[in-house]
Amino acid sequence: MSADTIRGKAAIAGVADAASPTGDLELHGRALEAAMVREALDDAGLGPGDVDGLFAAGEAMGLAEFLGMRPRWLDSTMTGGSSFEFHVQHAATAIALGLCDVAVSVYASTPHSDGKRAAAARASGGGGPGGGGPAGFGGGPGGAWRPPGPYPAMAWEMPYGLRMPIGAYALAASRHMSEFGSTAEQLAQIAVSTREWATRNPRARFQQPLTVDEVLASELICSPLHKLDCCLRTDGAGAFVMTSAERARDLAKPPVYVLGAGSGVSHSIISQMPDLTTTATTVSGPIAFEMAGIDHGDVDLLMLYDSFTITTLLLVEDLGFCKKGEGGSFVEDGKLGPGGSLPTNTNGGGLSYTHPGMYGMFLVVEAARQLRGEAGDRQLPRCDVAVASGSGGVLSAMSTCVLGSEAAL
Amino acid sequence: MSDTSAPPATRIEPPVTEEAEGFWDATRRRELVLPWCGHCRRAFWYPRPVCPSCLRPDVGWKPASGRGQVHAVSVMYRPANPTMAGRVPYAVALVDLDEGVRVMSNVVGIEASEVKVGMDVAVTWEAMSDGRNLPLFAPDARTP
Ligand SMILES: [Zn+2]
Repeated sequence: MSADTIRGKAAIAGVADAASPTGDLELHGRALEAAMVREALDDAGLGPGDVDGLFAAGEAMGLAEFLGMRPRWLDSTMTGGSSFEFHVQHAATAIALGLCDVAVSVYASTPHSDGKRAAAARASGGGGPGGGGPAGFGGGPGGAWRPPGPYPAMAWEMPYGLRMPIGAYALAASRHMSEFGSTAEQLAQIAVSTREWATRNPRARFQQPLTVDEVLASELICSPLHKLDCCLRTDGAGAFVMTSAERARDLAKPPVYVLGAGSGVSHSIISQMPDLTTTATTVSGPIAFEMAGIDHGDVDLLMLYDSFTITTLLLVEDLGFCKKGEGGSFVEDGKLGPGGSLPTNTNGGGLSYTHPGMYGMFLVVEAARQLRGEAGDRQLPRCDVAVASGSGGVLSAMSTCVLGSEAAL
Repeated sequence: MSDTSAPPATRIEPPVTEEAEGFWDATRRRELVLPWCGHCRRAFWYPRPVCPSCLRPDVGWKPASGRGQVHAVSVMYRPANPTMAGRVPYAVALVDLDEGVRVMSNVVGIEASEVKVGMDVAVTWEAMSDGRNLPLFAPDARTP
């Protein structure tokens, strides 16, 4: 059996996402996850009783119980931001093999409002939910060691005070600049083009136009990356429903077919990245493109992870839209923005729309909306093939999905 | 190889794990050693009880030259955590050691913004709270 057997076998049948210009959402936790699952199922014209495959980044078993589901396919794949591209790949595979019929992947995270809730809980004398990042990513009082949880190798980086996660990306940007001569202005252009799209998204956190000068004038946090090279930190949530291509054709919305999917993992911590300027998207991309039978010229929409501007630059190169090292000059004419030849991150991206921590969910949701012609003021005139490429960890776990309309099948 | 002055605050200090004991013991003598696979006959990083190339447990320690080159560098204008607040701006670098492994460290003894990719560096030591020393790097005389 060859890998291309999953081409066109599964489809995204329903999507939902939540974000707000304030950065806050009203719901949080399991209630927000449940709302997203319900919305995505409604979008598909399905109900909770139809779901027999459940996907969550980290802990799907408890979620299944909460949602009253008894799935026969459970996937807790957690690769950080790219988890949801992995989920598309895994769900399409399970569906193609008949191992599950209706799969749901869901994500909710509310870092923007968690602090306020915790403060309110403290004020009212209650314990309240702790905010807090993952263990090991911060020092305790007086530099006391905190167990690094699943990443004990972090012990070899933590003493040196690399600000995370931005510092890891700053090192990649440093190397890219010195090796290829890419510039801070070129990176800034990515933030500017993405913001142009965000002006057309009424739910985007930032909707005012941005200039390269403004990016360069923003605080230099970890050279060479400025504050406006960095993604947002907002509340956000989303879900998608997948089923077989046959079943999807009978549902409420036009099917968004999974034409190809590939993944690749090269390291966990940044000092172990084999080549700081080349991600494992050079593995995931070709697998996905070949499976889909597409060439670069076929791609109408790119949805690229943009935790930082350098992330997008590396993905453009690693997907082969230009040669390695030429990403800076490739993007500097604004071709990623509205009216450009390579529309990218039309929802405004993690840089300007929303970024609750693991952004990959929103790549899939926006791709589906564009392919269905539901993207409002930012709708592309023609969109039959979209590529969603996620990055997880620190450029560590990469996954690429090629999605297409009926015309692309 | 010179000592740096007393640090402004105790950094986050990693524990001495079983697989890294040889590394930390050597730092008490201000010696940089690297894990070394007797089968592959080469150094690797970071310390593990097995070689990440062949997965054999044929792992020992080899003294390193302490010399290398800056592969990438980022200057922290905001500290990663409160223990580093007194040091900003400071340079975090990935250093390619002559033995063929890449390590994270700080480059000290020079303005942080003057640390450049390709710069030759050599190990220097900062005292930790328990007698161990933390390897840092400083510009090496090899640089003209
Ligand atoms: Zn070996």
